[in-house]
Formats: sequence, C-alpha cells, structure tokens
Amino acid sequence: MKIKGRVWVFGDEINTDLIFPHSAFRVSPEEQAKLVFSDNRPGWSSLVEPGDILIAGKNFGTGSSRPGAVLLRRLGLAGMAADSINGLFYRNAISYGFSALQCPGVSEMFEEGDIAEIDLLAGTVKNERTGEVRTGSRLSESMADIITAGGIEELLTQQGYME
Amino acid sequence: MGMTMSEKILARHAGVSAAGAGDILTCRVDVAACHDMFFTVAGQIDFERVNKIDNPDKCVVLLDHAVPAPTGRDALGAVKAREFVKKHGIKNFYDVGEHAVIHQLLVERGFAAPGKLIAAGDSHTCAAGAMNAAARGFGPAEMMYVWCKGETWYQVSPTLLYRLHGGFSSRAVTGKDLFLYIAGVYGDATNMNVEFGGEGVGNLTIPQRQSVATMCAEINAEFALFPCDDRLRDFLKERGDTVMDGVDADADALYHDVRDIDLDSLVPYIALPHFIPKNCRPVTEVEGTEIHQVLVGSCSNGRMEDIALIADIVKGKHVAKGVRFIVTPASQKIYLEALKAGYLETLVEAGAVVTNATCGACYGGHMGLLGPGERCLSTTTRNFKARMGDAASEVMLCSPATAAASALTGRITDPREILVA
Ligand code: SF4
Repeated sequence: MKIKGRVWVFGDEINTDLIFPHSAFRVSPEEQAKLVFSDNRPGWSSLVEPGDILIAGKNFGTGSSRPGAVLLRRLGLAGMAADSINGLFYRNAISYGFSALQCPGVSEMFEEGDIAEIDLLAGTVKNERTGEVRTGSRLSESMADIITAGGIEELLTQQGYME
Repeated sequence: MGMTMSEKILARHAGVSAAGAGDILTCRVDVAACHDMFFTVAGQIDFERVNKIDNPDKCVVLLDHAVPAPTGRDALGAVKAREFVKKHGIKNFYDVGEHAVIHQLLVERGFAAPGKLIAAGDSHTCAAGAMNAAARGFGPAEMMYVWCKGETWYQVSPTLLYRLHGGFSSRAVTGKDLFLYIAGVYGDATNMNVEFGGEGVGNLTIPQRQSVATMCAEINAEFALFPCDDRLRDFLKERGDTVMDGVDADADALYHDVRDIDLDSLVPYIALPHFIPKNCRPVTEVEGTEIHQVLVGSCSNGRMEDIALIADIVKGKHVAKGVRFIVTPASQKIYLEALKAGYLETLVEAGAVVTNATCGACYGGHMGLLGPGERCLSTTTRNFKARMGDAASEVMLCSPATAAASALTGRITDPREILVA
C-alpha cells in the first residue's frame, strides 16, 4: 500500500470543523467536498488534484465524529501523514478507505509542492526532493484489509449486510 | 500484571482474561447509539441499503442536534431516522419531546452504566466514562458496522492516571475548571486513555464527572474513566438501578504516567480561542475582556446543578447591556426540573434567553450563532474557529459560574468575586 503525490502542508490542530464545516451538513456530497478548509484556507479545495497528499502537524482531525476523511478522499487526495492523528479521525480514515499515517516529525520534512512517498504497511514516509525518510506507526494487516476493500460500506455490502 | 479500568472492560468484552496497551481486540458492544446527524448529513453512509441489524435492542436512536428541526434538511433527516427505527424494530428511539443531548440521554435512560462498553456516533461519547463505562465515539460507517455486527475492533491504548486529592475551595470552582487546568498544563492525551482516581475523586459530583469525561474528547483521549465508587453507587441506587459490573483499577495496573492534582489549589480557568490543549489560563489573566454572548449548555455543562448555580448567581440582578445570555438545558428532563424549581423564571427575569433542550449553538446548528467580530464565552465543549458561526468570531470556554458572573458584567469576570462561599 504505497502512495506518491504532490504535497500540501498544514499546521497543528487541524480540526474536523475545518475539514468538514457545519455548512457542509446540509448540502449534497459533491458540494460538501468543495467546503473543505473553507474557513482556514478559502479556495484550496479547487486547487487539489487527484493523487495529492496532505501533510500536517499535531492532532490532525481533532474534534467531531463527522467523517472528514470521506471528504478528503472525495476531493481526490491519495492520503495523508501527520505528526499525530486524533484516534477517532484515524478510525474514520480506515473506515472510509483513506490512507493515513502517523509519523512524528513529518511536518518538518516537507515544503508545499514537494513529492511525498508513503508506505502504509512499512510506516515510512519519504521526501523525494531531499531524500529524507522517517518511520511512523505501521498499519496493521486487518486495517489494511478494510482500506483495500474500499472502506466499511463496501465491506458490509460484500458481506451481505447492505443491499 | 494488574489492569486499568479500560483494560478490564475491553478484556471482558473480548472474552479474554487480560488486556494491555498495544493489544488489538474484537469486542462485543453493549449499547450503540446514533443521533440525528447520522441521518441528516448526506454522503456518510447509505443506511437505507442496510438489511440486517445484529440486535435492535442494543441500538439507540435519538434526535438532539437539530430539534425541533430548524431547516428542511434537518426535518428530512428526522423523517429518515423515524423510517429507519421502524424498519429495523429499534424500540429505543427518542423523538422530539423526549429528547436530550445524546450523552445526557445515555445517562438519564440508564444505557451508560458501570462496566459497559458503549459505542456512539459522536466524539464526546467518552462522557459515559463518568458512569464507569468504557465509551468512545465512532464515525457513521463504523456505527453501521457495530449495528450490523454487534462488535468492532479496539486497540488498547496506554493510560494516563490523574490522582485527585482534596476538594474544590469554593462553589465557584467546578469540574470544568479541573478539566481546563489539566488540558492547559498537560496538553493532549492523543492515542491514550485517561483515568481518574485518588481520594479526591469522591468530592466530584456525578454531573461534574460527566463534564470532565465529556471534555476529555478535547485532549484527544480514547476512553475517559471514573471509578465505580460509593458516590456513583449512591447516585445509581437513588434512582433504583442495581450496579452490576462496575470495575476499578488494580493497584498494580500499568500507567503511561501518573499525575497528582490538588483540587484545593484550583482556580477558575478559561480556554482561549481556537483550540484547548495548552491553551488555557486562569480567568484572572483575561479578566475584563469584552464579550457579546454567553452560552450555558451542552453535554459538558447543561445539567441541573449547573442551572441551579447560574440561577443563584444572577438572582435579583440583570445581564449587562449588549450581552446575550443563552441557557440551553441538556435534556427535557432537566428543563422540566429547572422549571419546577423556579430557576428558569429567575434566569428569564435576569434577562437570559432559555431555549429548548438541544445541542443548539454548541455545534453551530441553531439558536445563538455568532456574527463577525463577536466573542462568546461558553460552557460548551469546543472553541474551534467558525464552530459557532462566523469564521471571524471567537469562542472561549469556561465553567457555568464564570459564564454567569461574566454575563452580569459584560466582561470576563472571576466568579469568586460574586460567589464568596
Ligand atoms: S452538546 Fe455539543 S458537544 Fe455535546 S453532543 Fe451536542 S453538539 Fe456535541
């Protein structure tokens, strides 16, 4: 499970209300994705290209149970890495088939526009420009299976719980 | 090796004799609850496609965030919730009129009980830790997984133990101040459990524990657990519940860190905008800051003793000009009790607006949003940018006592100046 893409850099304490603002509660799924970071970085969602990677600091996804990961995935991001990730956001990432890696210090490794390579099973992240590699927490096999299936909704459908 | 409270509950629900940090377990869940936003917000999970649910009696569905529906979209979500509970035979459904903020409802209705493992589609689910339950939030997809399968995976996290000593020095210092002190001094507990112990824990009322446990979501804690002590047993016995499965930590449990807190030394605290960990100060440091709105409510502080305290503070006085003082009880039950006790009358006489019991403005839903340049002093859970309205507004978090004292002056005020006893 490897991803490689152009990097966007965000800071510490990027919370769920910035990722999935309340204004997105009452609109269609397509409209929701356009509202990601509309309060802290207006216009950003239209700059994202499929396969891009998000790099952030401490406590990424702190806050609500609203599934920010699904909007990031819907925007076309391939995945993310952060110094630390809120436990609920991390579970949501797995549940919605979105690749996320916790790797202390990763936020210092990148400038916006760099190319990152993330290996989720090895737990490594590499900056192609500088050659620097750091290791974070590895994704367990069982979680990797959920991501590979495309998330929990696909899994429940395959197993006959959903029509 | 001994176990912490969360380790014991997880081990018990996984059918294993022991659990320790790092283990990944599959556990049977006792209660799985979702609120209206599960049904209202599009694109989270296609719940209409679900055809079998593990055990409808373990499911709880309730409306709390947007009741009564403020928009057409919210009304549609409620319609879908009603259809869903009917289709799947879910009896534990709480519609408008029986409503309460989810974490208060789980306690009032006895779902949150000692030793239980609870899942809910809301980040503040750790609130049920006040009742000695291991409870955490899940996103909509995973809630559907739990409803379908009756179980899910848990990674056992390392645990931080806060040992409390003594008692609060005055009525002006409460559980919220304890939490804000912990968050301010020690910062986050990301990927860790938080547990409370020490002889001082007995001096925290159950609602104060609920406030602290709720707020532990803001330091990114996994579980937040209080012991099953005499105070909790008395609380449950008083309302006729039998305590079945309470857990206490073993004396030789392994902790990531043990931190001692002297409750006597605590003062009123406040969280500055837009995040909480390492961003809290004693109220005295920001005294005099101008505010435009004061909000008392939420699963953190919309309970009977909170309302009794603020009514006591404002009785016979009046809210400062230019300040909107909004009081939102956490449940219909609390609303009715506060009404009968005369507290709501006192509050309205003092110039407060008492709203229906709901999440309301806490998550920016309805009834008390902020415009650009406005500052709200709130007893709710989050101070995130744009959480309560405009991106150019600010939310500061505090206890009900600090909120009420400040509503009277229009500026951030130390409640000890008013509540001397
Ligand atoms: S009161 Fe606020 S924090 Fe509590 S459940 Fe409602 S929106 Fe969430």
